[in-house]
Amino acid sequence: MTINKRLLLGDEAVAQGAIDAGISGVYAYPGTPSTEITEYIQTHAKDVRSRWCTNEKTAMEAALGMSYAGKRALVCMKHVGMNVAADAFVNSAITGVNGGLIVLAADDPSMHSSQNEQDSRFYGKFAMIPILEPSSQQEAYDMMQYGFELSEQLHLPVLMRVVTRLAHSRADVEVGGKAEQNSLKPDNERAHWVLLPGNARRQYSSLVEKQSELLDSAEQSPYNKMLCDADRAELGIVACGIAYNYVMENNPSATGIPVLKVSQYPLPVAAIKALAAKCKSLLVAEDGQPVVEEQVAALLGADYELRGRFSGALPRMGELNPDNVGEAMGIAVKQSFSAAKNVVARPPALCQGCGHRDVYDALNRVAAEYPNARIFGDIGCYTLGALPPFRAIDSCVDMGASITMAKGAADAGLYPAIAVIGDSTFTHSGMTGLLDAVNDNSNITVIISDNLTTAMTGGQDSAGTNKFEAICLGLGVEPSHVRVVVPLPKNMEEITRVIREEIEYKGVSVIIPRRECIQTLNRKLRQKRAQN
Amino acid sequence: MKKDIILAGVGGQGILTIATIIGEAAAKAGVNLKQAEVHGMSQRGGDVQSTLRLSTEPIYSDLIREGSADLIISMEPMEALRYVPYLVEQGWVVTSSHPYKNIPNYPDEQQIVEELESLPHTVMLPIEDLARQNNMPKSANVVLLGMAARYIEILSPEELRESIKRVFASKGEAVVEMNLRAFDLGLNAQCAQ
Ligand SMILES: Cc1ncc(C[n+]2csc(CCOP(=O)(O)OP(=O)(O)O)c2C)c(N)n1
Repeated sequence: MTINKRLLLGDEAVAQGAIDAGISGVYAYPGTPSTEITEYIQTHAKDVRSRWCTNEKTAMEAALGMSYAGKRALVCMKHVGMNVAADAFVNSAITGVNGGLIVLAADDPSMHSSQNEQDSRFYGKFAMIPILEPSSQQEAYDMMQYGFELSEQLHLPVLMRVVTRLAHSRADVEVGGKAEQNSLKPDNERAHWVLLPGNARRQYSSLVEKQSELLDSAEQSPYNKMLCDADRAELGIVACGIAYNYVMENNPSATGIPVLKVSQYPLPVAAIKALAAKCKSLLVAEDGQPVVEEQVAALLGADYELRGRFSGALPRMGELNPDNVGEAMGIAVKQSFSAAKNVVARPPALCQGCGHRDVYDALNRVAAEYPNARIFGDIGCYTLGALPPFRAIDSCVDMGASITMAKGAADAGLYPAIAVIGDSTFTHSGMTGLLDAVNDNSNITVIISDNLTTAMTGGQDSAGTNKFEAICLGLGVEPSHVRVVVPLPKNMEEITRVIREEIEYKGVSVIIPRRECIQTLNRKLRQKRAQN
Repeated sequence: MKKDIILAGVGGQGILTIATIIGEAAAKAGVNLKQAEVHGMSQRGGDVQSTLRLSTEPIYSDLIREGSADLIISMEPMEALRYVPYLVEQGWVVTSSHPYKNIPNYPDEQQIVEELESLPHTVMLPIEDLARQNNMPKSANVVLLGMAARYIEILSPEELRESIKRVFASKGEAVVEMNLRAFDLGLNAQCAQ
């Protein structure tokens, strides 16, 4: 076989690995840092079903359906997407799988583009399934083939966890040939799939029984191995996922530090006990939350000297890097220059000419007339309305929470309660909340700021485009209180009047300011020019 | 041999294109490479950064250690200063001198220049002006790459030129030509200093 090397982002390595492993479908909702996986498959594999899903739960369930039918499927999301998909995800471990199924969660330690730094490995442990955590782009590629085989062999979904620094970093990857897709072969064993308590108990019992097989697989995994081994040492290191790179960057062999590289879970306990037996203390280096450190502490007991994020050897939060890992290994940082004096933060901002700007301009004008008004925001570009010069929103929690929090606050007597939500976020998880509000006749004003795209993550298609009025009417919003405006400075008088009228209406109203995102608009114009 | 490079700028200034050109040249030359990028939030007019690690030896970390970057290439002077803690003692800073002021509290320009000049090796040029005067306003980033080319060392300016041809090939002959001119402009402006 000829060696074929490509320069790939971690995300692209995952995507190419999945294509080469013969997936028939990728199911995903965009989210940094996972988005590029699906985008790559969309442009590089026409024979793989790859359209964006409405949210992570619909993605997870559709992938499970494809697995049921016998084919291989990949699900991708950012870490917080796991919360949305969790019901389907946890229960997919109970049903088990037919065609191989990999769930890829991209975590964001240090919250570069997220509202928390939750660690998806907890979900894998919770669901009792194997977890793969590549340390490099090459492993990300190789582990796709490996993971699909493991999934089919154990009849379980496999969780792959990557972090921002792997997802968004490029390196050379050796790629191999492409496997055939599985043929259609549904699992006819209904007892696997109909999770009535009788079946569910049997399925769960079989999942519990499989745990020793999962452990064996991790103990023998080619991705878990001892490096720089020594007979006796002061310090040994358990290096998980990408943390392995930061450990190796600090050259542990030079100081005789044995390293156990861990890239497959459940935790290989025999290997860890063996390492602990020959070292006076252990350092656990893991990006994200101290998931492994907690388990190793339980394994070795309170008397063993364990170092990591809990002990303070590594920072309790934020991503690892070669400097903080080096310090935990006793290697000081050598700065030649301290931080410059004339540097200030440069936060992101809404683009010039963006329609969200006109929406906030109008909202701020009207809100000034109602001192008790509260504006419940949501997640997307329009969250930047929280920053100066607008400072327009009072909350931003999770996708869809604007409508439901406004409803709860209105139920408590707050008035005016206003929700601002983007078009993609509305279809992701705003619609169900709007139905609650309609059924309760809650006194809220919902603004669906429709820029015809999922802008924050780079302009992916938005599931509800051209359907919003129909959706709102279908959910039962009064037709006279579904209002559409065009967010442009010249329409300011009309927009503020509409907002005022709908605040005055005692019930659910929806205002849809609609104008295309200027980024996607410019991209289309450029493409058109290039064609002419 | 190794070269650790930090690319800096503001969202939309084209630093990822510089990274692509260097990356493509490294791949062609068989030099090991790791390149971390910032995607997402910070592309909306916030600060953006990419780290490029080039080496003839295997590379582990995607991130650069403090005090070990050989070169900072920046599309904006304050953004160049942001990464000074990463600079190695005798490292080079190659930066545009043109401030990008999209924040109300942008520091005093003169003080930024002074702080940059207090570093051992700083090269500063008004690349936007150069690019505009030469009718290539969109290629300011490639002018900057030209300026930085001689300090990359592990790859020659000629290898970078060849890479520009491949990276822009899909956009047509005119775009390739313009970017080659932009590259040479930076390279020669730098010689003239
Ligand atoms: C559960 C979850 N999934 C995905 C994301 C990533 N994400 C943040 S904003 C956003 C898109 C928002 O699109 P839209 O509501 O249309 O607003 P726009 O950015 O276009 O203004 C996505 C996908 C997230 N934060 N949480």
